[in-house]
Amino acid sequence: MANQGNHAVAGAHGHDHGHGGHHDLEALRQMGFWLFLITDCILFGTLFATYIVLHNNTAGGPTASELFEMPGVIAETFILLTSSFTSGLAVLCMNRGSRKGLIGWLIVTAILGASFIGLEVSEFIKMVDEGAKISTSAFLSGFFTLVGTHGLHVSVGLCWMVALMIQLGKRGITSVTKRKVNVISLYWHFLDVVWIFVFTIVYMMGVM
Amino acid sequence: MAQHPTGHSHDAHGDSHESHGSLKSYVIGFVLSLVLTIIPLVAVLNDIVEGTAARVVLLVTAVLQFVVQLFFFMHLREEKKPRWNLMALILGLVIVLTIVIGSIWIMTYNAVA
Amino acid sequence: MDKIKDFASDFFVTGDPLIYGADVAIVLVTVAIVAVLTYFKKWGWLWREWLTTVDHKKIGIMYILAALLMLFRGGVDALLMRTQLIMPNMDFLKPEHYNEIFTTHGVIMILFMAMPLMFGLFNIAVPLQIGARDVAFPVLNSLSFWLFFMGAMLFNLSFVIGGSPNGGWLAYPPLTEKMFSPGVGQDFYIWGIQISGIGSLMTGINFIVTILKMRAPGMTLMKMPMFTWSVLASSLTIILAFPILTVTLALLFIDRFLGAHFFTLDGGGNPMMYINLIWMWGHPEVYIVILPAFGIFSEVVATFSKKKLFGYTSMVFALMSISVVSFFTWAHHFFTMGSGANVNAFFAISTMIIAIPTGVKVFNWILTMYKGKISFKTPMLWTMGFIPCFVVGGMTGVLLSVAPADFQFHNSYFLIAHFHQVLIGGVAFGYFAGLYYWWPKMFGFSLNEKLGKWAFWLWNIGFYVCFMPQYVLGLMGMTRRYSTYGWDTGWFGLNLVSTIGAFLMGAGFLFQVWQILHSIKFMEKDTTGDPWDGRTLEWSIPSPAPMYNFATDPQVREVDDWWEEKQRLASGGAPRPKPALEPIHMPKNSGMPFIKATFWFIAGFGFVFDWMWMAIPGLIGVAACMLAHSFNYDTDYYIPVDEIERTEAAARRGV
Repeated sequence: MANQGNHAVAGAHGHDHGHGGHHDLEALRQMGFWLFLITDCILFGTLFATYIVLHNNTAGGPTASELFEMPGVIAETFILLTSSFTSGLAVLCMNRGSRKGLIGWLIVTAILGASFIGLEVSEFIKMVDEGAKISTSAFLSGFFTLVGTHGLHVSVGLCWMVALMIQLGKRGITSVTKRKVNVISLYWHFLDVVWIFVFTIVYMMGVM
Repeated sequence: MAQHPTGHSHDAHGDSHESHGSLKSYVIGFVLSLVLTIIPLVAVLNDIVEGTAARVVLLVTAVLQFVVQLFFFMHLREEKKPRWNLMALILGLVIVLTIVIGSIWIMTYNAVA
Repeated sequence: MDKIKDFASDFFVTGDPLIYGADVAIVLVTVAIVAVLTYFKKWGWLWREWLTTVDHKKIGIMYILAALLMLFRGGVDALLMRTQLIMPNMDFLKPEHYNEIFTTHGVIMILFMAMPLMFGLFNIAVPLQIGARDVAFPVLNSLSFWLFFMGAMLFNLSFVIGGSPNGGWLAYPPLTEKMFSPGVGQDFYIWGIQISGIGSLMTGINFIVTILKMRAPGMTLMKMPMFTWSVLASSLTIILAFPILTVTLALLFIDRFLGAHFFTLDGGGNPMMYINLIWMWGHPEVYIVILPAFGIFSEVVATFSKKKLFGYTSMVFALMSISVVSFFTWAHHFFTMGSGANVNAFFAISTMIIAIPTGVKVFNWILTMYKGKISFKTPMLWTMGFIPCFVVGGMTGVLLSVAPADFQFHNSYFLIAHFHQVLIGGVAFGYFAGLYYWWPKMFGFSLNEKLGKWAFWLWNIGFYVCFMPQYVLGLMGMTRRYSTYGWDTGWFGLNLVSTIGAFLMGAGFLFQVWQILHSIKFMEKDTTGDPWDGRTLEWSIPSPAPMYNFATDPQVREVDDWWEEKQRLASGGAPRPKPALEPIHMPKNSGMPFIKATFWFIAGFGFVFDWMWMAIPGLIGVAACMLAHSFNYDTDYYIPVDEIERTEAAARRGV
């Protein structure tokens, strides 16, 4: 255990350390964020458990294999996977010190994320038009809640990413903005992982 | 536990959050993820495997892809000791599995049509 | 006009003198607070010193004050119930009113009394015990408090506005679905708990990072004070369990709000899934509140026996294993649901297994006292009262874990007696011990011992008088949540005795209030900073602790470092050289947490009444606060050396 020093604002060791003083404060924040992701894992785990338990209860409404249209879902999957990769490229640019590259790749990531959300929303609208609503059956309640919660996470991530790009434009790459980029890319990878399981358990197992 | 008696040695302070990933690791991760997405698509949608075998293929590729992302995108391997993040993750996953498997098991006899 | 009248008679709860009384009291108290603050020009002080503070010590005090207030409300609920049950065919409370009261009693005692009291003690003690200057995320800590506070206020508002929830403390569907509970009470329940639950989750994260990353130099994990260990175990359980609660309540809300079918009787919903999910949080939750109590007892028993805690390592393993195994026992709350023999067998055995580490602890405490120089101060009294009480409560728990037998005990007063015995005898006694123990550190004065002893004996005797008869009542067939019973049941005598016991505990609480007021008036100042001859770092600094806690980083060499240091000095050892003072880096106060929590309150209130014109602006406000916080880079400052010198000198003058 490397002690992080004994400070209210952890890690600041006095004036002389200047900027470096923020260094391990940022490490603490990154650890806090990781723990938050663990709680988010459990949140999704609970939604998955509910979906799995209720997914056969269609109550006379449409079933998964009648409802899901795979081309759109496959497109969403590859888009999100690619955006996870591009958010990684953004971090690489940041570590090289290239602000332009960093913001550029973040923009690419955000555009991919937005198109993912666009596809998902149009998928939802189409389902509701066909009469498959959240109030139709337990299966659809579980489906909309699980997939919708993931979509909500992605949307929040998008807003956050825009806010971060503004901060990067204003302040450049500092220890604080660096931590923020690291954290959001972690968040983005995490959402991709959750999607893999949505894709597998909800869609693939639904249509097979 | 490596203890720094003075506690103030700066080199000890966590650069654990620095991402050490290289372009190579991201590309490898991306390619592996693509492959692991395509395999189940091809195998299941074309009915190459069916039933339980299909489920196994789906779950195994999903878990593998999770591991790939953890290693190549999230750089979990590069964490310094003590590996709090890894421990927290393992515990979290144990609980997630408990929630999912426990619910399925408990609700087996309580299913409603 | 008629429309307004209709609205008002729906919006405000009417028809009960108790409620009109409460209305008047609330208005009067609010007016009085506003008047006092205005007259003494204290609004600025309130904002600067309390509402925006990020100091863990002040946040701890606010948690504890709020918790004591909630203890009062939950306690009054309990006494109302016991009065209704004092004899057969009582007409004191109507059945609907009785339902509301047992619901709010349970929710308030667990979520709005035990949890904040626990978080208060976390905040007071943990940073001081590990030699840190604050928690890892001070602003987040303040946000956690204000979310708890606003959630609690939202929940309590249901008493006078809209109507209280009445579906039991865990709100089982289908009763709590829109079809059977069309009123807003259930929505108050969901949003009150949801908002404060987010705060609890963040506190869990905060303290894990604080404990793992911010310990004083030299304090390895196995040199941490036992209370800090228990907080780590409890926080770990919080972050793993609370997301389940968040989801479960959200699903119930989606059912009610959007007409979904998770837990309804129609549309393929399954109410039993709710019961399964809520207990996945609910069971770990009881361990979340008991583990810190175990930590407190460990500190107290060592301090007042003047001995090292017996079996430090086994205690650590017991705490950590309880925190993990607590996730594998949830189904014992619904053995009678019919999940099959295998499920029941598995969960019966896992429940029994938990008794093992708990037993280890009890032996450790007893062996710590063995041959110790015990002084019977109030914290120690609560600890000694706890041990037999908790042993009995624990063993009746093992009886309940025997699945076939549980079919007889299930939801009878036997169960009621069991969980009150572990929650009062364990959790409440533990937090009282902690409150008495750390009180001088919090406020700089000690509590009167004599009144404290009166309070202890009234609580302790009252407890047994109240709950021992309930075990028997349970075996005689009395089921929980009966609002009344007939003469032919033969339950009169025991219920009468039980009610007398409840009032004895109420008297104990009054003695505690008296004790606090008396001690404020006669102010026995703690000038030493170490009134109990303590063992851990928090006793090495003045009481109350200066805002930066430690002027210089403490260097830790062993378990109970402060005690060992005192021994070394007493036997002629040279004092350790004091490192030079350096400017201290501190977080700035922030108004964001209070404002953001207020927006949550507004959003929650809007959702309760389906008023989207109110809920949506509330949520926008929350998002705006998040963004504003993200763009704020001016968050910290330095305390210069000469100011530290002045503060330290002033504290030493007191000595």
